[in-house]
Amino acid sequence: MQFTTITSPHSDRPNSVSRTMLLVILALIPGAAAMIWYFGWGILINMLLASFTAVVCEAIALRLRKRPIVPVIGDFSAVLTALLFAVAVPPLLPWWLTVIGIAFAILLVKQIYGGLGYNPFNPAMAAYVLLLVSYPVQMTSWLPPEMLNEHPLTLLQSAMVIFTGTLPGGLSWDALTMATPLDSMFTQLDQSKMVSEILMSPLWGDFGGRGWEWVGNWYLLGGLFLLYKRIISWHIPVSMLGSLLFFAMLFHFLDQEAYPFGMFHIFTGGTILGAFFIATDPVSACTTKKGQLVYGACIGLMVFVIRTWGGYPDAVAFAVLLLNMAAPTIDYYTQPRTFGHQGARRD
Amino acid sequence: MSHVNQQKQKHPLHRFNGGLHLPENKALSLTLPLQKAAIPKQLTVPLQQHIGEMAEPLVKVGDQVLKGQMLAKPQGYISAPVHAPSSGTVVAIDLLPIPHPSGLPAPCVVIETDGKDTWGELLEPMPDYMHIDLSLLRERIRNAGIVGLGGAAFPSSVKLTPGLDNPIHTLIINGAECEPYITCDDLLMQTEAERILSGITIIRRLVGAEKCLVGVEDNKPEAISALKQAVAEHQLSWISVITIPTLYPSGGEKQLIKVLTGKEVPSGSIPAKIGMICHNVTTAYAIAQAVIEGKPLISRYVTITGHGVVQPKNLDVLIGTPVAELIQQAGGYTDRVYKLIMGGPMMGFALATDEVPITKASNCLLAADKNESPDPEPALACIRCGQCAAACPANLLPQQMYWYARAKDLEKVQEYNLFDCIECGCCSHVCPSHIPLVQYFRFAKTESWAQEKEQRAAERARQRHEAQLARKARLEAERKARIGQKKEALKKPVTTKASSDGGEDPKKAAIAAALKRAAEKKAALAESGVTPKNQEDLTEGQKRAIKQVNERRAVHEKDTTTSEEQGE
Repeated sequence: MQFTTITSPHSDRPNSVSRTMLLVILALIPGAAAMIWYFGWGILINMLLASFTAVVCEAIALRLRKRPIVPVIGDFSAVLTALLFAVAVPPLLPWWLTVIGIAFAILLVKQIYGGLGYNPFNPAMAAYVLLLVSYPVQMTSWLPPEMLNEHPLTLLQSAMVIFTGTLPGGLSWDALTMATPLDSMFTQLDQSKMVSEILMSPLWGDFGGRGWEWVGNWYLLGGLFLLYKRIISWHIPVSMLGSLLFFAMLFHFLDQEAYPFGMFHIFTGGTILGAFFIATDPVSACTTKKGQLVYGACIGLMVFVIRTWGGYPDAVAFAVLLLNMAAPTIDYYTQPRTFGHQGARRD
Repeated sequence: MSHVNQQKQKHPLHRFNGGLHLPENKALSLTLPLQKAAIPKQLTVPLQQHIGEMAEPLVKVGDQVLKGQMLAKPQGYISAPVHAPSSGTVVAIDLLPIPHPSGLPAPCVVIETDGKDTWGELLEPMPDYMHIDLSLLRERIRNAGIVGLGGAAFPSSVKLTPGLDNPIHTLIINGAECEPYITCDDLLMQTEAERILSGITIIRRLVGAEKCLVGVEDNKPEAISALKQAVAEHQLSWISVITIPTLYPSGGEKQLIKVLTGKEVPSGSIPAKIGMICHNVTTAYAIAQAVIEGKPLISRYVTITGHGVVQPKNLDVLIGTPVAELIQQAGGYTDRVYKLIMGGPMMGFALATDEVPITKASNCLLAADKNESPDPEPALACIRCGQCAAACPANLLPQQMYWYARAKDLEKVQEYNLFDCIECGCCSHVCPSHIPLVQYFRFAKTESWAQEKEQRAAERARQRHEAQLARKARLEAERKARIGQKKEALKKPVTTKASSDGGEDPKKAAIAAALKRAAEKKAALAESGVTPKNQEDLTEGQKRAIKQVNERRAVHEKDTTTSEEQGE
């Protein structure tokens, strides 16, 4: 009897790229749902629009590159990029900015380098930064969280704003939007207000901005799920949050009124999302365990530095992109000691 | 016994990086009692079932052979003989398919069995092995054709001759059997614990180890208790049977040593370097059989398993039995059979056909269905998730090695310690992109070897070329020197030539000396009244002829010297 011969191992492989991406998408659901709850339907519309755009762009790029389309679309990496982008941008971002951002992410950041696995930068964050520096007003027009929002928009109204720019009757952008807690903290600190004074505002909850802190909690839940499923390892989230917390607490300890407390940094802005979902993007991050610790710690430090002394309110995207550039070098210098060797390889 | 047990519990265990918890699937074939496989009509015994030189046949077609008779003798130091697994007639010595990843045929002796299974003359049993000379024991192990039965098939007698540089203090016995599905070592430990201990005792004597650690994975509780009981009964306090956690690949030699002792065998080296030696339980058993009973290695336990056979089981199989016959004895194939693997699912190799024999190193036949061993999905791009590195028991970075292996940058892939890869398959197993990483690494190793060989050949060619150039230069220099000498000679006045000739030319001087010696001899002979024999009774004509020749010679000699000189 004749049989097929393939080289070992002959086992059934438990993992696949699409399973990995689907699990990350699954882990994103609690946080994304919380965002829809607190910030309205715009988030959902953005997620759908971004996903659609991403798939179309990916298909076009694959067609141009003469690569098989279905298996690559089926790995869900483009959808994941789109979702991460959609939860990072303001809920009422004009549709064409979402389209530009995603097209940039998929075509120029990902496919032009050779597609999934070859992109040196995190596509979602590159797109976010592109839009932030090009359209700072639109990219910082956040809505207030549900409990502070006097004019909650319906699904239809949100869609109208996003696709036509028409605001519901009688409302102006100023009435509709509100600075994010992170933005408001550092803007007011720049105006020489004291931390305790700033925290008097109803914007603040227990750790961070009201609503925002709960979104952070839900992302954390998703992140723990990813750790449990071993989709990500603990190294990057722990070192990133740890170093951010360390520097925040250190400066807070030195001057309580000029630097907000440690937990503030963790539970505002995109810190938790960044730590578990963005910095852990395997393609653009470090791959050695020691390297991941260095990588995460550097991102934490950069986040603190940019937030505290930089010109932009949130810093996760910038910090991640900066460290993406350093990742190959960090990897090179943090190789593990191979079994039976005296020390790690050094040239 | 409780004392012994307590001691075992305390033994500290260590961890290697990564490893996998795989579905074990061992229960499938773990059934007792153990049966003997039927004697097949034909036995195909490959001449090379071991690492090293191929054995040299001692029989020819038509010979009657008896069970246990040596069919082929070892050639060279690293080699092993093969024996007739049963009695019968040699019907062919030919190139036949053997179980090898290459699928290439190799020389085999084919025996048509007579069904009587008559033993030939056994080697002399040595039940008194504790007092037999060590060299005799080694010779016995060599003559019995014992090779490492854990898979490598390295001749055991060689391994049991440790050098003086590395005294052995610890003997490691490998009963881990970490590959899924395989249960033959487990059953052997359960049924032949005492013989295994005798084997261990013999090995210990040969290598001079103080203590012995037997590592068995905790999924084999019966084997562990059988061994522990035997150890306690015989009060072998120097043997510790140690339960290690089930984690693939704990049964890898270097990994097992790490787990049991915390020590790492240096890269590119052997355990003897750190004073240890590792043998498989089955090898220990075979050694005991050879020494105590005088039985050569002609059979072994084989696991026949998977969802592709009707009745998975273990059989005591004669070496040379065709795989197809064993499958028949396990109830035949099921409809679902898809692949036939020799060895385990992680490191075994797929057989193209079941018309190959069982060899000394064959421990398992896995007839897998499509669920157990599906065709790999098409490989996608590496997403650098690092799961491979997390799983790698050698603590390598497969994601980086893959990158360079793909680019055929052999230098770079070697820098990432390619040759520390044990090809256990963990990286390929966990890869979400289904990249056949092990295959890339095998390719890179083969290419590196080929390149090295090429480089060596090129180096040899270069040396030869340089030697040739040097020789040419030397000859040219010598020629020039000769010419120079002759020119010098020519510059001197012709009148001095005659007197200087004999002195300057060593050849002529030698001739002159010889002539002188001959003349002296002649004179001496003449003095004593003896004349040269061949000059007696010469006719007048002959004497005249000799005289003429002598005259001609004198003239000719003069001519040649002149012409030589003129030629310059």
